[in-house]
Amino acid sequence: MIVEDYMKDENWDLIIKPRNSWFDFRINEIWKYRDLLFLFVKRDFIAIYKQTILGPLWFFIQPILSTIIFTIIFGGFAKLSTDGVPGPLFYLGGLTLWNYFADNLTKTSETFVQNQNIFGKVYFPRLIVPISVIISNLLKLGIQFLLFVGVWIYFLVNDTPNLSPNWTIALFPILILIMSGLSLGFGIIFSSLTTKYRDMKFLLLFGVQLMMYVSSVVVPLSMVSEKYQWIMKLNPVVNVIEAFKYGFLGTGNFHWIDIIYSVLFTIVLLIIGIIVFNKVEKSFMDTV
Amino acid sequence: MSKVLEAKNISKQYRLGQVGTGTLSHDLKRMWYAMRGKEDPFLKIGEKNDRNVASKSNYVWALKDINFEINRGDVVGIIGKNGAGKSTLLKILSQVTSPSTGDLKIKGRIAALLEVGTGFHPDLTGRENIFLNGAILGMQKSEIKSKFDQIVDFSGCVKYIDTPVKRYSSGMMVRLGFAVAAHLDPDILIVDEVLAVGDAEFQEKCLGKMKDISGEGRTILFVSHNMASMKALCKKGFLMEHGQLGFQGTMNETIERYLASKTKVTGEAEIPAGSSSINSGQVRFTKFFIQNTKGENTDTISYLSPLKLYFEAETQEELHDVILDIRINTIDGIELVHAMNKYSSNEKTSLKKGSNKIECLLTNQLQPGNYSLTIGIHRTNGATLEYVENIRDINISNIAENEKDGFVYDFNLGYVRFESQWKILN
Repeated sequence: MIVEDYMKDENWDLIIKPRNSWFDFRINEIWKYRDLLFLFVKRDFIAIYKQTILGPLWFFIQPILSTIIFTIIFGGFAKLSTDGVPGPLFYLGGLTLWNYFADNLTKTSETFVQNQNIFGKVYFPRLIVPISVIISNLLKLGIQFLLFVGVWIYFLVNDTPNLSPNWTIALFPILILIMSGLSLGFGIIFSSLTTKYRDMKFLLLFGVQLMMYVSSVVVPLSMVSEKYQWIMKLNPVVNVIEAFKYGFLGTGNFHWIDIIYSVLFTIVLLIIGIIVFNKVEKSFMDTV
Repeated sequence: MSKVLEAKNISKQYRLGQVGTGTLSHDLKRMWYAMRGKEDPFLKIGEKNDRNVASKSNYVWALKDINFEINRGDVVGIIGKNGAGKSTLLKILSQVTSPSTGDLKIKGRIAALLEVGTGFHPDLTGRENIFLNGAILGMQKSEIKSKFDQIVDFSGCVKYIDTPVKRYSSGMMVRLGFAVAAHLDPDILIVDEVLAVGDAEFQEKCLGKMKDISGEGRTILFVSHNMASMKALCKKGFLMEHGQLGFQGTMNETIERYLASKTKVTGEAEIPAGSSSINSGQVRFTKFFIQNTKGENTDTISYLSPLKLYFEAETQEELHDVILDIRINTIDGIELVHAMNKYSSNEKTSLKKGSNKIECLLTNQLQPGNYSLTIGIHRTNGATLEYVENIRDINISNIAENEKDGFVYDFNLGYVRFESQWKILN
């Protein structure tokens, strides 16, 4: 399906062809459907917690329980380093960002399979769906981030040793942007692959679980010997979470080069993701 | 007349059987060909789309070389048997899937109604779903807002507009869904068999709305199995046959072609010996056929057209004063109608020795559908001489010879139509 504003040749408004150019991202079409994007976000937000007793409180319960367990198991029993800051703060910070990434990834990777009923009946730019997932998770992240800020202020006020926030806190919005881009990119690539090869779903669920352990959520980068740190840093998520902790907690690793690497990684990933997604979007109804 | 839609060599290929086995190797082969700048090797294979013939290759052409043009204001009905490619064509037109070859050019805003209420979320209220569904169909929020009252009015669900739609009956859901779609105001509207749900009042409302839309000079493509509503609404017709555009012309011509291809002409059908359920040995039916008003042998009779039945009976000896009768059963075996020579006349019917040709004319009060015929010869004392159960199935179509008498409803209204006079007494 190709949508072009075709000015010559009898002024056709829309031309549908078997194939379109690889780099035809059709961003203007997504802009045209922005109302739908926001209605999807609204729907997701309203629908998730309807008919639950605790409602939006679940936004808090999830990270609080995980943080408690992590603090007991990894901090208490396993005695893993938390870079000298209190366990709850260390784990909650990492988990807040990681959960955003993981939720985005698992939910966007289901785009085609979950929406095949709608996609089979109506055309709209399919990319609207994963983008709406990212935005509604962003709202959830906002709420969970408030929880983190609350805990953070508590420890700040109580003059906790080693806790030294600095100006790189200002990079927070950029970090979130990188996380969004990374999860969207990976998510749409996986969603494109799962339409044909359902194995990808299992690989992803399993992969996301394992990836948390090598993404600086549980094990800080400082615990890895300097010689092998570069391998960890190949994972763009590591750099983001480390930079986040550096800004808010004053621990962890921060180098501009790592951030630039993550940004470039994200851009390339998104371009590849959108190309694959747009290609699959045209024919997935035949293979899903 | 200006063209609003032009299709050139549209084809669509599907893989048969289990998708998933061997796709990776085929995909790799495709990539290898593409890298060397060659044509997709699997696009060359493929057979024409015929459900009844077992396939030799794994690929099939659901559509093959479809070419057509549609002008502004045309109302086109697309008909064809199940699996002839109607829905695939609509899916390509509505951009749900892309063609394998060919291209399609469209002028103006196109909206497809392949289903009503697509994307309705059960937990959201009617109001919220109107906005959601409207946006899915391509409307701007401001546009929905300005038409909101009209939509609610058309749906007839004012009272429940702030109730989650999961509390709605399925009929109400359809009403709400169609109401949104009806206010899309596209330049080209594609409608697939969505009116088959909902009650009579609502169906008429929908057909009326579609007539209004076509009256405004908009273009409509309509798929339905209801020939009567197609005839009432459409002027042009496309006949799909095995994935190809078998015929295009006026709607009436197209329907005629379609029915001609569908009805098997039975000829003077012999009744093989041994078909009888009861037989005394003195007489046997040897031939039976049904004719339409044009004198053609067929099993499909137009709505309200008389049923003309012809029999041949072979007797061993002369039979005085016999009863000839016919039963019309529903497909479920309910004995619906009984007709016999004794009801209509006191004259005695006798069969001579040898072959007898018998004609039976029935006024046709049957509603559209399929029925089964049973015929018999009996003595006046009740003894059965010959009885052949379910000798032939007949189909009463929903179109009448006189266009405006057609049966336009999409659901059953009993089996038999009674003529009635109505008067208001006050």
